[in-house]
Amino acid sequence: MGLKQNLHNLKEKYKGTKMAPAFNAIHTFLYLPNETTHNGTHIKGADDLKRTMNIVIMSLVPCLLFGMFNAGYQHYLATGEIERVTSGFFSGGFWTVDNFMIGFWKIIPLVIVSYGVGLAVEFVFAVIKGHEVEEGYLVTGMLVPLIVPVDIPLWMLAVAVIFGVVIGKEVFGGTGMNILNPALTIRAFLFFAYPTWMSGDKVWVHGAVERNNEIIAGSNLDAISGETILGSYAQNSEVMYSLSDMFLGFIPGSIGETSKLLIILGALFLIFTKIGSWRIIVSTLVGALVMGLIFNGVVDAGWITEGSKFYGLMSVDFWQHLFIGSILFGAVFMATDPVTAAQTNKGKWIYGFLIGFISIAIRVFNPAYPEGVFLAILLMNVFAPTIDHYVVQGNVKRRMKRLKAKTA
Amino acid sequence: MAEVAEQEKVVKAPSEPLFSKKNRKLITDPLTDNNPITIQVLGICSALAITAELKASIVMTIAVLFVMGVGNVVISLMRNIIPSKIRIIAQLIVVATLVIIVDLVLKTYAYSLSKTLSVFIGLIITNCIIMGRFEAFALANRPWRSFLDGIGNAAGYGIILIIVGFFRELLGTGTLLGIPVLGDPVDKTGLYAFGYENNGFMLYPPMALVVVGLIIWVQRSRNEALIEQE
Repeated sequence: MGLKQNLHNLKEKYKGTKMAPAFNAIHTFLYLPNETTHNGTHIKGADDLKRTMNIVIMSLVPCLLFGMFNAGYQHYLATGEIERVTSGFFSGGFWTVDNFMIGFWKIIPLVIVSYGVGLAVEFVFAVIKGHEVEEGYLVTGMLVPLIVPVDIPLWMLAVAVIFGVVIGKEVFGGTGMNILNPALTIRAFLFFAYPTWMSGDKVWVHGAVERNNEIIAGSNLDAISGETILGSYAQNSEVMYSLSDMFLGFIPGSIGETSKLLIILGALFLIFTKIGSWRIIVSTLVGALVMGLIFNGVVDAGWITEGSKFYGLMSVDFWQHLFIGSILFGAVFMATDPVTAAQTNKGKWIYGFLIGFISIAIRVFNPAYPEGVFLAILLMNVFAPTIDHYVVQGNVKRRMKRLKAKTA
Repeated sequence: MAEVAEQEKVVKAPSEPLFSKKNRKLITDPLTDNNPITIQVLGICSALAITAELKASIVMTIAVLFVMGVGNVVISLMRNIIPSKIRIIAQLIVVATLVIIVDLVLKTYAYSLSKTLSVFIGLIITNCIIMGRFEAFALANRPWRSFLDGIGNAAGYGIILIIVGFFRELLGTGTLLGIPVLGDPVDKTGLYAFGYENNGFMLYPPMALVVVGLIIWVQRSRNEALIEQE
């Protein structure tokens, strides 16, 4: 008798008890449940929630692996132990075991804490409320480590995950009922609760904070500056990264958002499997480009001078905004969350466009929040039901009019 | 509650003991089952704005206790001579007078605290709980009962303020009433030695809303009478 059969038998034993949902969750996670449809139609689609989640996770894995290499690469680059790579995506100096090991030991604990704490909260709620554990946390748990700085203390992540899952999701009724994207709620909590660990020029490179503390203590070391590109622009200072570095991802930043190439690959995969909405992705990027064009226009018209604190970010070529910061990551993996996004096709265009538009506006106008993408997405999450409402009402009105015209 | 009170007025119970069961309920009800903040969701604005420090919460509680206790009595004494068409204005004058007294006392004896509370002492005038109790209770009840009702509602408001202030100050700045209780964040003593850090989010008003929400959640799930029927 194999494990599968054992689990089937155990499930029968736990049926009806308080722990049944927790047990069923493990069972469902490992195997297809041996349940048969009781009534109604007997044809089931293969694209159930579990498979949907798994596809999103698959599209995130390249970003995660790249993030591990990049964490080590940025660390050694900052300490001066290796040279900057110049030969493109397959540079030997980047894909080294040393680089990977640094990232591996920093990032795997983040993944474990994210999943461990998040699923524990889901299990507790499922047992108390007596419903089945849903798969909703599988994607959130993978997204969370990708959108935080590499050196974030684990307990902070744990606190934020508890907050995000409870306040962002469970109070609204769990998976499928949430208004806010839980992963972004977690990031927003971290950002406002522990700003010293989430912004500035010290948090994006592993070891930079410790190094800084040693220097303050009087040690004779070179300071590490791991300023992100956005940070540099916001301070009107020189950006030291080439466009290809930005595109390929050899830059400091949150763990998973640096490599635009891999995000685009993930986006293509999501669009191809019809999991992610291409309308939202495209409209977000269009919104960002439009806002970028407006700012470029302002600069070209001479309404803003070089002395202005907005000059640095406003004068960035509009298309370059897509390569800076995490607008691409947000558009592909966050804005497309089917639960929190707009549901109607027209609504998706409006929703995405406003996300891109507002992201770039926050980025430029508020140097304190150089990364406005997560705020923009959370804001539009709140407005998504309103957008849908008016799209549906508009449709109803148009059809009523047509009906009247026909019958009159 | 107002309707119940008005019915009682007609009955007239002259020889009721000062702390009869019914009178005690006037104080205890607003603390739990009929809390102005968590059940009636009144007075939220000040609960969000000034609870970043426990001290401010306590002072606010005392101020509201004074204004509501005295205000309810004054309105109750005048209840038969206030023409009903201008009763709101009359109530406003009473509450404004009392608030100005509080404000001046604070400015004289606790200037820095009155700076922290800033406009919110003045805004006690607009605190919906106060006008609500004047209108719903004091206008239809005897002074003693009105006094108890005012004290009870102010205490119900204050207890939530103090709970929220306690958690926000403890988690937000690691102090209670300005005294460090979790160690020194600069010298890294106490909890901070283990890498603990203050939660800056706690100092923002949105987090106060979350804390109030959590209190409502706990209260509603523990108190069967409050669970809404589906």
